[in-house]
Amino acid sequence: MTATDAVLGAPVERREGREKVTGTARYAAEFPAPGRAHAWPVPATVVRGRVTGVDTASALALPGVLAVLTHENAPRLGVPDDPTLAVLQDPRVPHRGWFVGVVVAETLEAARAGAAAVRITYDTEPHDVTLTASHSGAYVPESANGGFPAVTEQGDPDGALASSATRLDVEYRVPPLHNHPMEPHASTAHWDGDRLAVHCSSQGTTAVRKELARLFALPEDRITVRAEHVGGGFGSKGTPRPEVVLAAMAARETGRPVTLALPRRCLPAVVGHRAPTLHRLRLGADRGGRLTSLVHEVTTHTSRVKEFVEQAAVPARVMYAAPALRTAHRVAALDVPTPSWMRAPGECPGMYALESAMDELAAGLGVDPVELRIRNEPEREPDSGRPFSSRHLVECLREGARRFGWESRDPRPRSHEAGPLLIGSGVASATYPVLVSPCVASARALPDGGFLVRVNATDIGTGARTVLAQIAADALGARLDRVRVEVADSGIGFAPMAGGSSGTASWGSAVHQACVRLTGLLAEHSGPLPDEGVTAEADTSGTVDAESPFARHAFGAHFAEVAVDTVSGEVRVTRLLGVFAAGHILNARTARSQFIGGMTMGLGMALTEDSTVDPVFGDFVERDLASYHVPAHADVADVEAHWIDEEDDHLNPMGSKGIGEIGIVGSAAAVGNAVHHATGIRFRELPLTPDRVLTALLSHEHPAGMLGA
Amino acid sequence: MSSGAWWIRGRHHEHGPSRKVIDAMDSQHDSAPASRPPESSRSRTTLRVNGTPHTLTVDHRRVLLDLLREDLELAGAKKGCDHGQCGACTVLVDGRRVNSCLLFAVALDGCEITTVEGLAGDGEELHPVQRAFLDRDAFQCGYCTPGQICSAVGALAEAAAGHPSHVTDPAAPSGEPVTLDRDEIRERLSGNLCRCGAYPRIADAVEDVIP
Repeated sequence: MTATDAVLGAPVERREGREKVTGTARYAAEFPAPGRAHAWPVPATVVRGRVTGVDTASALALPGVLAVLTHENAPRLGVPDDPTLAVLQDPRVPHRGWFVGVVVAETLEAARAGAAAVRITYDTEPHDVTLTASHSGAYVPESANGGFPAVTEQGDPDGALASSATRLDVEYRVPPLHNHPMEPHASTAHWDGDRLAVHCSSQGTTAVRKELARLFALPEDRITVRAEHVGGGFGSKGTPRPEVVLAAMAARETGRPVTLALPRRCLPAVVGHRAPTLHRLRLGADRGGRLTSLVHEVTTHTSRVKEFVEQAAVPARVMYAAPALRTAHRVAALDVPTPSWMRAPGECPGMYALESAMDELAAGLGVDPVELRIRNEPEREPDSGRPFSSRHLVECLREGARRFGWESRDPRPRSHEAGPLLIGSGVASATYPVLVSPCVASARALPDGGFLVRVNATDIGTGARTVLAQIAADALGARLDRVRVEVADSGIGFAPMAGGSSGTASWGSAVHQACVRLTGLLAEHSGPLPDEGVTAEADTSGTVDAESPFARHAFGAHFAEVAVDTVSGEVRVTRLLGVFAAGHILNARTARSQFIGGMTMGLGMALTEDSTVDPVFGDFVERDLASYHVPAHADVADVEAHWIDEEDDHLNPMGSKGIGEIGIVGSAAAVGNAVHHATGIRFRELPLTPDRVLTALLSHEHPAGMLGA
Repeated sequence: MSSGAWWIRGRHHEHGPSRKVIDAMDSQHDSAPASRPPESSRSRTTLRVNGTPHTLTVDHRRVLLDLLREDLELAGAKKGCDHGQCGACTVLVDGRRVNSCLLFAVALDGCEITTVEGLAGDGEELHPVQRAFLDRDAFQCGYCTPGQICSAVGALAEAAAGHPSHVTDPAAPSGEPVTLDRDEIRERLSGNLCRCGAYPRIADAVEDVIP
């Protein structure tokens, strides 16, 4: 056994851990420079209309205010690929919270006061921000997020439904949700002549550089974007956001380095959100619970700035063996902020609906919900007919059931009372696709025996630096401590962002290839290495992104136990257990943290996270962390993640699938199903807040007309 | 927690020769006098931060968090919400944990501030809570981590001093140290949000350092 045998998969401590626990890790707003100024945005206070007047006099009169930029005086930018980045270019207001100005000042306090002193007048137009399933403006888009066709159909879903022994026709609603990474989006920009350097809180610097080049009409090689440490993103930092454009603009106009850290309450309007989804699920089954028809139809919203369609019906194309299958998306463009990626877009809300419906079907048929899923296991991917490269959903369900103690469960709803508490348990499946993108990397052998690996990965807390060092050490046959890894700098070369659970596969494939090449070069080399070392490069374009003959997805099973308080209506998740099949797990330590983190975010989706578009004011009501409740310590009792190590030769050299998102996918349905088991009441709208639960418990106990009598 | 604003009091320490004098407005760069707030809205304030006294002329609007991050370049304390909702800015003032984004710096004249940078002292050795966070992988993105660590240090001291929490047994003897089980840990750290969901690991880490 060599020193490297166990490096891949080992629970290696994260490389930047010491910096993070001692407070020396630097995030995008934390790069002071002589003369650095601070910027503060001015959000629109109307829903739809035009800016008709800008009065900056009182702002500019404040001590410390250096400049106020609005569409009247901001530099004209090139056309970005993402229209949400075309800030201060025209007087149009497409939604409340859209930035109509930015104030630059010597200090944060002066910038904030300046932003409050800017007076904007508007012409307003009637607005429409309310999504309904029957919205007259809803249309079928060409494709949904990820490039998926909006509609697919196989067999005769309606005919099969009509002739099914058992039918279910139900609607579910998932509200808008917010990513809210702990670090608000921030950028520090600095111009040196016609060179632009940016520290950006981003999930990928390649995309940021590309957009800045378009906007500021610069060749990409004059722009450097770094994202050394990023305080979470969960999709909201997957694309550049307006703050980096405003910071660069403000820095150029003032001749100062400028930091713009978005105030938390600005985030929901400008960094994307999970769009609300209205689901209609129709299941037909035979008496044994085998699906005969599955119809999943989703209506969602997008903004008038940009079309983004949450692909919530897509997981139904992957999950179960239904001979007749229809999945369809419709979208209404409203005067709302632009939705975007939030952890497992599509799969997360879609599987909440599908897995809740499967539970309803199981309850209706009197079939165990684990068994119902096993009975509907497909031989091939239902949508494409392709074989799965690996699946193991059944193994996840069985292993989860064993660990959870599912066998001892009394299947009858409301069968377990403990004083004022009703106890129940539920299960749900999870899936997330295997994605991978081209990337470049280099590996250099140094004369001192060490190695330097460079790849423009971003470590948003996943442990990317660490796992990439493990991949390199494994491919080089080197000791882990001899491998240095440089990441998060656009100058290194192009790389995909940390998103779509594809980072490790994409960056890792390039690193692996560079290291294998370097090993070859070193084998041919004789004598001492030159001072500059020996370098090998890799570019995986055209290889990793080649079409696979296999359907490649990760799968998982979530089990939840809840206690529902019949006095307060509060639901507490006493246990949450997940078992995942995601290829080889490359770092057991950081992987467990990611699974548990995803499951915890799913717990928040189930119980506390709720956002509302106010019909009059047109924006989200819950804009801060006091009103939008992400889970806190006290909400998270016992969360466990386990996995089945898969051997799958059809993935990448590491044999890995992504793990960043699947943890959230089955959580909300498992919790909702557990609440049904506990109470006998089916809730079809998230989150399961005390007001909803208590109201339902009371009306269940006291049918209509009895209350208050 | 005590009901009074116990930390808002003017105390005047004797300062040793290592005392640093900074004009908070001028420490960044040479700015035109017109760009400063008027004298009536700034005051000389002395804070002892991680053992070192700093005297600054502070904009009255400046909160402790911004003073630490912008004037002293101690960026360990993080700004997550600026409204006391997330706990990322938690530091210790006179040994007790506070949301530094909610405290005007000028009101802390004479106070002793400990930030995550000052927990370990001068050596290479980490504070036991920092070590436990590393050992347990009790973080991912790291942005809430300094606040979690400072909060845990504060919570351990509060429990040792007999401060009850919402989940403390009402029959527990008053003033006696409170035993920190996992419910107590979770309750006491609930002012510190972690969007990466590292909570179970954080509870593990705090459990590890309970005396």
